[in-house]
Amino acid sequence: MNKYLERLYNGLIKENPTFVLMLGMCPTLAVTSSAINGLGMGLSTTVVLVFSNLLISAFRKVIPDGVRMPAFIVVVASLVTVVQFIMQAYTPSLSDSLGVYIPLIVVNCIILGRAESYASKNPVLPSIFDGLGMGLGFTVGLTLIGLFRELLGAGQIFGFQVLSLSWFTPITIFVMAPGAFLVLACLVAVMNIVRKKMDAKGKPLAAPTGCITGDCAGCGMSATCTGKRTADHTVKTE
Amino acid sequence: MSDFYHVSSSPHVRAKDTTGRIMLYVIIGLLPTSLFGIYNFGYKALILILVTIASCVASEWVFNKIVHKKNTIGDLSAVVTGLLLALNLPATLPWWQAVLGGVFAIVVVKMLFGGLGQNFMNPALGARCFLLIAFAANMTSFEINAYTGATPLAAMRAGEAVNAMDMLIGRTAGTIGETSAIAILIGAIFLILMGVIDLRIPASYIITFVIFILLFGGYGFDINYVTAQLCGGGLMLGAFFMATDYVTSPITPRGQILFGICCGIFTGLFRCFGANAEGVSFAIILSNILVPLIEKYTVPRAFGQVKESKKAEGGK
Repeated sequence: MNKYLERLYNGLIKENPTFVLMLGMCPTLAVTSSAINGLGMGLSTTVVLVFSNLLISAFRKVIPDGVRMPAFIVVVASLVTVVQFIMQAYTPSLSDSLGVYIPLIVVNCIILGRAESYASKNPVLPSIFDGLGMGLGFTVGLTLIGLFRELLGAGQIFGFQVLSLSWFTPITIFVMAPGAFLVLACLVAVMNIVRKKMDAKGKPLAAPTGCITGDCAGCGMSATCTGKRTADHTVKTE
Repeated sequence: MSDFYHVSSSPHVRAKDTTGRIMLYVIIGLLPTSLFGIYNFGYKALILILVTIASCVASEWVFNKIVHKKNTIGDLSAVVTGLLLALNLPATLPWWQAVLGGVFAIVVVKMLFGGLGQNFMNPALGARCFLLIAFAANMTSFEINAYTGATPLAAMRAGEAVNAMDMLIGRTAGTIGETSAIAILIGAIFLILMGVIDLRIPASYIITFVIFILLFGGYGFDINYVTAQLCGGGLMLGAFFMATDYVTSPITPRGQILFGICCGIFTGLFRCFGANAEGVSFAIILSNILVPLIEKYTVPRAFGQVKESKKAEGGK
């Protein structure tokens, strides 16, 4: 497979940040009360992700290793500020409903994770596609969750009433916080079933390593991780 | 060789109590309450009870089939869950919402955590809270004798006078099973006599709650108010039938008392200072979540065991 397409496939399905890597759970659970909110959050994150991957990849040889985290944060924070101003100007209602979660994109672990594990080690073009794939994966995840929550909790899809209120009683718990957990759990379960089916067919989707940084020495999960990389950077078989 | 010489490892003496037998006692204990509910709210209550039980048993059967597990509906625990859930619903609830509640209780709260004995939360109460949040309007509209009325607790909160005697007998609005304190007490006494439940949890629960109400209720020592608070809402049903659930209450004796105290304090807090007039189900669920912690700190001392601190002193 073409290496750019491979990046897109990786972000959308194989290492989908929402359903496989379980990254960025805070916006995933908090803003998906409707499909349009999920879509808006996903797309704004995608924009930031693509541009941050581009910039960080372009500057990867100039950024000193010791201060790479502050450098990444500065890049990401500037981009988020731009996105926030644009949204306030052109989509004020969406900006209001997403509220504090737009500025919080700065600390979204998908963005820092991709910067650290991919963009800082790879050329510009693959990094852009990596950001695009991950961002779209995130968008699909959030929109799907938002879709189900909106449908069950209000009988609507993207704001249009599809289930008539004359016979449908909205299950309001789904637009509230507990509904996010229930829907996310169900979708992850579906994803796991698909993964098992693909494994059984002999076309494995590759188990998630859960490895974000690729740097075992500096990783917080190092103590409990079972998939530690050896010196030659190949994953040990478990 | 006769059975007399049969050699086996311990235990040598076995009680006849199986899960199914205990659950059957609980069902019998709930009969007076159920019958009174049906008498009070009419055929709707009967239909709702049957629908909820059927939904619980069916979802346990289907779940076990899907995950290829041995079927466990024979132990009657799903029937008890269904019955308890139905007793916690208003008789006017649409039947499909009750079915949804049953599925939620069995599949999400019980089976996904590993089935009977593994769930950390009372399935019936979990489902009731789910329904309460999901269908707030249906779950809080109570109807009796074909007119919609406030529950005694809601009326008291609004400053109206209530008849404590009516509440004791149960001719008031509320969920199917919570209205009659007398019917619940008859069932509870049966369970206590049969040794299915003991008094630690209900007694500490109710005593703590009464003390809390006396201190913070705002009425001082008013016998009518205290009786109404005791008989109103799900307190009696919760204290005797839900808080005493074997799976979700502590196994240590001191832990059980502590658990009852937690339930009492939470219930008092929710009723006196919360947004709603009723808070028993949320109080018990919150205390359910505290159970592992309570058990950890109340492990009884084994015979002959010396405390760590004393051991250190003795060594000096």
